[in-house]
Amino acid sequence: MPSVTYISATGSETAVAGFAGDSVMETAVRNGVPGIVAECGGSLSCATCHVFVCADSVFPPMEDLEDDMLDGTAVDRESNSRLSCQLKLRDTDIRVTTPETQV
Amino acid sequence: MRTGTLIIGACQAGVQLASSLRELGDTEPIVLVGEEPHAPYQRPPLSKAFLKGDATADSLTFRTHEFYAEHRIELVTRERIVSMERDSTGGVATAQSGRRFEFARLALTTGAIPRQIPFEGSELGGVSYLRTATDAALLEQRLHTAQNVVVVGGGFIGLEVAAGARAAGKTVTVLEAAPRLVGRAVSEATSAFYLAAHRRRGTRVVLNAQVSRFVGSHDRVTGVELASGDVIPADVVLIGVGVIPRTELAKQLGLAVDNGIVVDSSALCSDGLTVAAGDCANLPNPSLTPGGIERLRLESVQNAVEQAKVAAATLLRLPAEYSTVPWFWSDQADLKLQIAGLSGGHDQIVLRGDPETEKFSVLYYRAGQLIAADCVNRPLDFIAVRAMLHSGQHLPADRADDLSLPLKKLFLPAVPVLIGK
Repeated sequence: MPSVTYISATGSETAVAGFAGDSVMETAVRNGVPGIVAECGGSLSCATCHVFVCADSVFPPMEDLEDDMLDGTAVDRESNSRLSCQLKLRDTDIRVTTPETQV
Repeated sequence: MRTGTLIIGACQAGVQLASSLRELGDTEPIVLVGEEPHAPYQRPPLSKAFLKGDATADSLTFRTHEFYAEHRIELVTRERIVSMERDSTGGVATAQSGRRFEFARLALTTGAIPRQIPFEGSELGGVSYLRTATDAALLEQRLHTAQNVVVVGGGFIGLEVAAGARAAGKTVTVLEAAPRLVGRAVSEATSAFYLAAHRRRGTRVVLNAQVSRFVGSHDRVTGVELASGDVIPADVVLIGVGVIPRTELAKQLGLAVDNGIVVDSSALCSDGLTVAAGDCANLPNPSLTPGGIERLRLESVQNAVEQAKVAAATLLRLPAEYSTVPWFWSDQADLKLQIAGLSGGHDQIVLRGDPETEKFSVLYYRAGQLIAADCVNRPLDFIAVRAMLHSGQHLPADRADDLSLPLKKLFLPAVPVLIGK
């Protein structure tokens, strides 16, 4: 089971056990991890599950719609920004930082 | 002495209400009771990913069992509350099984059920409704072996299912009684686009359709007969003609009910004690933009979540007022529709982009003020309009169709800037 570590904007860390195939967003929401809102439940409609992916965590490149949506996040995007509903876990551990706000 | 909160309806709003009570510091017992066999799960994917086999009730659950345990939220499934009584100190709810749930505080997140139409032949096998994961599993199974699919009702659910079935190679017919699709939610421009888009993808859409009955043999549906006498072959029929709010328990409690459980802007019911949230509630229009319809029901994830947060605060006697920019989405085939704001009462429409390209937005104005937008495959327009409606900025109608600039570059501040001499 991959472990997912969520680092808040203030630096506090929450680690939870995830399942391969689940998204980084789903894993956060199911476990009540703060910092990821995910208003639309992962249908790429709301841009409220923005995360900054840490350098040691690797995901496949994003598709155009995610790229577009990232221009609409509450905290401005950076080069390592992703929408966590699109980040599917595999068997490696993952670390992401959550922005100060999602809405 | 009765303690704790009973939340009836283990759904999006119910889970949010329970979670919010804990976030607000409530330490008393919380019982979340629902009649379905599953832990609470997301409903929107039921008409989309679920039917493709990309999701299950398990994969759609909102929270882990550990979450409920850790937050001391007692989740009770398979219990249908059938009778209620309460006074100002609390009350008791009784399930069909006879199990009793005492409470000091009560929240109703009872949701809605599909509107049923008593067509002749409705009892035939293959005639389906879609609301729960159980409904979806049955529909998925039926679609698997079906070739001819008929959808009665050209609203979001019907069109989402139609798009999925068509993409899977089925012969699909949508029958809509009104002169246009999604008439309750979008303008004629957006309706016309969806009509063309579904037809382009090979779905047959019949407007002004009058269904007279379902025909079948050996207890299985085989077709849908129209008033014209035409029979459209069908192995599966999905009826998606709206929902009816579940108000039975509210009525037992003597609460005001009028197209939903009547609540105020704090999600408080007419007894001044009970709260209600989500699809079941009839609420004052929470839109930040002035004007528009006075009261309504909102059937959306966003409303379930935000109203539930307000309801949780109200139960704890914390001041809370529900105001927001309502928003909705619908995924049909590769078309992502996102709606920000309520377009009722608009007197001007601006088209941004060409519907032929399947990437465009319809912007709605009332008295010169932007009030809503339907955005098709233009997520940035959606996000910009939502943000704008929140902040009260202005988007001049005569510039809104300028595709050379992103919408957010076209906003003007809410208060006119006075340029001094």
